Amino acid sequence: MIEKLMNIDRRIVFILVALAVIIPSLLEVSFPITVSQPTRSTYDYIEALPPGSTVMIGFNYGPSSLAELHPMAKAVIYHCFQKQIRVIGMTLLAEAATLGDNMLKDVAAEAGAVYGQDYAYLGFRPGATQVLLGMGTAIDSVFEADYAGTSLTEIPLMADVTNYEQVDLVLDLASGSSTEWWITYTNTRYNQQIAAGVTGVIVSQMYPYLQTKQLIGLMPGLLGAAEYEKLIDRPAKGTEGMSIQSFAHLLVVGLVILGNITFFIQRRQGE
Amino acid sequence: MELIGIWVAALLTLCIYSFLYRDNPFYRFAEHLFVGLSVGYGIVLTFHQGFIPFAWNPLQEAVTKQEWVGLVRLIPIGIGGLFFARLVPSQGWLIRYPIAILIGVGSGLAIPNVMRADIFEQVHGTLAPFAQIHAGELGPFQIFGVVLMLIGVISTLTYFFFSVEHRGVVGGVSKIGIVFLMIGFGSAFGNTVMGRVSLLIQRVDFLLHDWLHLI
Repeated sequence: MIEKLMNIDRRIVFILVALAVIIPSLLEVSFPITVSQPTRSTYDYIEALPPGSTVMIGFNYGPSSLAELHPMAKAVIYHCFQKQIRVIGMTLLAEAATLGDNMLKDVAAEAGAVYGQDYAYLGFRPGATQVLLGMGTAIDSVFEADYAGTSLTEIPLMADVTNYEQVDLVLDLASGSSTEWWITYTNTRYNQQIAAGVTGVIVSQMYPYLQTKQLIGLMPGLLGAAEYEKLIDRPAKGTEGMSIQSFAHLLVVGLVILGNITFFIQRRQGE
Repeated sequence: MELIGIWVAALLTLCIYSFLYRDNPFYRFAEHLFVGLSVGYGIVLTFHQGFIPFAWNPLQEAVTKQEWVGLVRLIPIGIGGLFFARLVPSQGWLIRYPIAILIGVGSGLAIPNVMRADIFEQVHGTLAPFAQIHAGELGPFQIFGVVLMLIGVISTLTYFFFSVEHRGVVGGVSKIGIVFLMIGFGSAFGNTVMGRVSLLIQRVDFLLHDWLHLI
């Protein structure tokens, strides 16, 4: 029995994980969500900004991380539009260029935001370090036109936003190292306030920056999205996903415990 | 058109997940398609968002307006072009120049900022709370957290200090460091599980909701 458990076919584990996700999806179960302090800090900072403030959002994730960061982006952008906070979108990753554009357009349509007045999307420029440093001097030295090719001089929102001095918060939505770039080049050099929403895989690396206040807030993966949705009282994909996630986590915890018990029993038998 | 997109995405999702059973031609087809599309998309976008605005447009403007000083951009463009020297084996050595410039500029920009962001700020963040303890601004739990963090930092750094043999006091401290490292790895593993399951949830939601309309 122990021998069988230790050599269980990995495909059985895959099937169990799939069932742990599919069954709760069909049953549409929901669990309460508690908001953590790092997510609340991001929300509180944006909530405290007066109307007309500017938030720059870096869409630094590709399609493979869309599941975790898209719900988060949607919740934060909606909150900004609700508060009449202007949003400037951009990306340091080529594969994220269209994702950011579509996301801003979708949320703007829901919130009734107008392009050029309430939001603008600058798109992608290669060379992350040069882009981040260049925007500290003049945004139009890096992005002379927006993603659609419209000159920044023709976008009313950009008339009084020349560099980081007019940006009240940078929110980096990241699946890679971009948050560290923002901290290294933008926070350290220009003293720019930065918050981050990152995938679960890299969130552990970000906590030291939170503790030193180099990040004013941090949203961890799908959980961060669910927490932010709760704060703006607008449950969506993040909230749905986290309820389902709980079942998968229970299964993984159960499998880890089972694996450890069988390992120790087998070791004792061996002795 | 949207319906075709949903069907293509659903079938490609199933092709990718078929790898969980075992490697097969459907998985490899989807994998190669993904890599090819990603590279192609990246090249086209970099060309349009990088080369055209930073190289082509300024040069064209300089020529059409006869502002010859604008041609100074030919120097960085030429140096950048040396990257392609690798394509001619006999002239491959020329690539050293753009690489040397990139490393020099990159290091010059990064070193002072990285030192400040990742070392000075982190050391300050570890020690500054002791001033708050001294001023009586922290409660018992916060003091416990601050002391625990300092122990964690010192013991973990000791574990990675290989100039002294890990025996006696150093060995004991480095063992405490291992405990902190294990807690860190456990946290990273837990967050990674959350991240990976999130991807599965999104795909299942797509298949059940957008494709099969079951939910």
